[in-house]
Amino acid sequence: MSTPLDTLFVRTRSENRAALIGYLPAGFPTQQGCIDALTAMVEGGVDAIEIGYPYSDPVMDGPVIQAAADTSLRNGTGAAEVMATLAAIAKIAPTVVMTYWNPIEKYGVDKFLADIKGNGGSGVITPDLTIEESDPWIAASTSHDTNRIYVVAPSTLEERLRKVTAATSGFVYAASLMGVTGTRTTVSSSARGLVSRLREVTDLPIAVGLGVSTPEQASEVAQYADGVIVGSAFIRLLQEAHNPQDGIAKVRALAQDLAKGLQRS
Amino acid sequence: MSFAVDSHIIGHFGPYGGRFVPEALIGALDELALAHEVALKDPIFQAELAELHRTYTGRPSIITEVKRFAEHAGGARILLKREDLNHTGSHKINNVLGQALLTKRMGKKRIIAETGAGQHGVAAATAAALMGLECVVYMGEEDTKRQSLNVARMKLLGAEVIPVTQGSKTLKDAINEAMRDWVTNVDTTHYMLGTVAGPHPFPTMVRDFHRVIGVEAREQCLELMGRLPDAILACIGGGSNAIGIFHPFLDDVNVRLIGLEAGGSGIESGLHAATISGGSPGVLHGTRSYVLQDANGQTVESHSISAGLDYPGVGPEHAYLNDIGRAEYRAITDAQAMEAFALLCKTEGIIPAIESAHALAGAMQIGKELGSEAVLLVNLSGRGDKDVQTAADYFGIPL
Repeated sequence: MSTPLDTLFVRTRSENRAALIGYLPAGFPTQQGCIDALTAMVEGGVDAIEIGYPYSDPVMDGPVIQAAADTSLRNGTGAAEVMATLAAIAKIAPTVVMTYWNPIEKYGVDKFLADIKGNGGSGVITPDLTIEESDPWIAASTSHDTNRIYVVAPSTLEERLRKVTAATSGFVYAASLMGVTGTRTTVSSSARGLVSRLREVTDLPIAVGLGVSTPEQASEVAQYADGVIVGSAFIRLLQEAHNPQDGIAKVRALAQDLAKGLQRS
Repeated sequence: MSFAVDSHIIGHFGPYGGRFVPEALIGALDELALAHEVALKDPIFQAELAELHRTYTGRPSIITEVKRFAEHAGGARILLKREDLNHTGSHKINNVLGQALLTKRMGKKRIIAETGAGQHGVAAATAAALMGLECVVYMGEEDTKRQSLNVARMKLLGAEVIPVTQGSKTLKDAINEAMRDWVTNVDTTHYMLGTVAGPHPFPTMVRDFHRVIGVEAREQCLELMGRLPDAILACIGGGSNAIGIFHPFLDDVNVRLIGLEAGGSGIESGLHAATISGGSPGVLHGTRSYVLQDANGQTVESHSISAGLDYPGVGPEHAYLNDIGRAEYRAITDAQAMEAFALLCKTEGIIPAIESAHALAGAMQIGKELGSEAVLLVNLSGRGDKDVQTAADYFGIPL
């Protein structure tokens, strides 16, 4: 069986372009505001959506996503709101949920994946779940036929890349640099090196995230990766917006600009 | 059978422990686990650490029998293991000297540390000064205000103190920020974690550096009384001083091991830091253990009069020892801890850390339960100079 996400990458590969993946935490800036902004992203040309499950202790995230997650948690976002956002967005684009491990464990691994699947989700990105702790996760995601997306880093050695990608499906999330999420002025040169090392060990699609925020950066990454992930740049637009309409318009415009540079020459 | 788990290879204690961290940290954790493993068996490393303890820390720490205090504990015999007399005033120095030596062995020049009350931050800054390492300490903004004296101490020792303004602005957020720094600077930097929590190898490594407490205490008890104590008591925040004194006694099944958690205003009030007594299994800061969390798995803020116990997690080995029944965990309220604090001051002339006063309050309960034939060994993990302001406020002493 393949998920909507698997189907997307088959298509973008045949079109010789990278897929554009947009991220927002559920419940940010509000529950409905998040759904509206994600919808605008898809209308603007984003191919797939990553919904963040806001968590109290997000050690992989820089200040922009931390602040957004704080806002969302203060809005009362929990599992029900994450699932509701997923149900709304999965109707219009392939969608995955990104979450730290503890909320999954608390919800129940099997029930979590049943609800991801039931709400139309393709899979889950787990940034702090190591392969050594994954046995129950691998069993449950296999039986629910959902994508298991792990994050690898420039410091990950080849033997480990093999091990992690062997357990991965959907795409491999390649962290562009040693650090946390957030916008950067340039995409780290370590991204290209990591992607080429990944190509040696897997045929899976590879998407690059962390520090990609401008159309120029997206276009550069699209030359060598199968997917480009943009998060903090969208969040900043919503944080700086004068009003909700203004924010949504700017999100749509950034999605359009980013989408222009995905074709490989 | 043995109750000691060989956690060196996989980092698990039954279902607890392990590693829940970004992939970017795996290389550094593997490097650290290997360095620790090698050092553990290396007589040169062990001799170097023992010499530092003898000439710098002031080890072995002494045992003091407290007869006047014991009159308030059912007449049981009470012995204190005096970690408060160590250089820097607590057991924390045992761990930082070990980790600083490992840092040098790994060729790293910069250490980062988290601190709540400032005791571990001061210890880390001390070790860094001694060994010529750059030191950055992350401390919640709220805590920098409450513990300004310790901020000044760290600065005098040459450390940079970075106030953390995210989240609840306390210890848990200082750990988050230290982990973010580590992910970014892992090539040059060692994260000197201050307790037996976090991803493998920290719970095992930090325990091994604190085992010296229990190893000494076991010999001292045999020498003094020709027998082992009936119970050993220690306070539990993350659980480093407790595991240090418990671990060498794990297979002495007739010795009860009792951890005293911070009960704050009482578990039923919801305002406490008693993670085992009042929490549930979950994952926090890279390890599976007991956690204070809500229905969505979000970490809940902890509360305690003792800043050093004010943490919503606990070391995974304690979670394991609790579940298999080898150790017991009880909650001591702020009021009970402060009663024991005042009592030790007035009956023995020793001002304990408020953290350690939780263990003393536990001794008052257990002593009454076991009666006058019993011998209790209490880990006096730190001295109370740092707590004078808090205690003066609590008892209404004008400053």
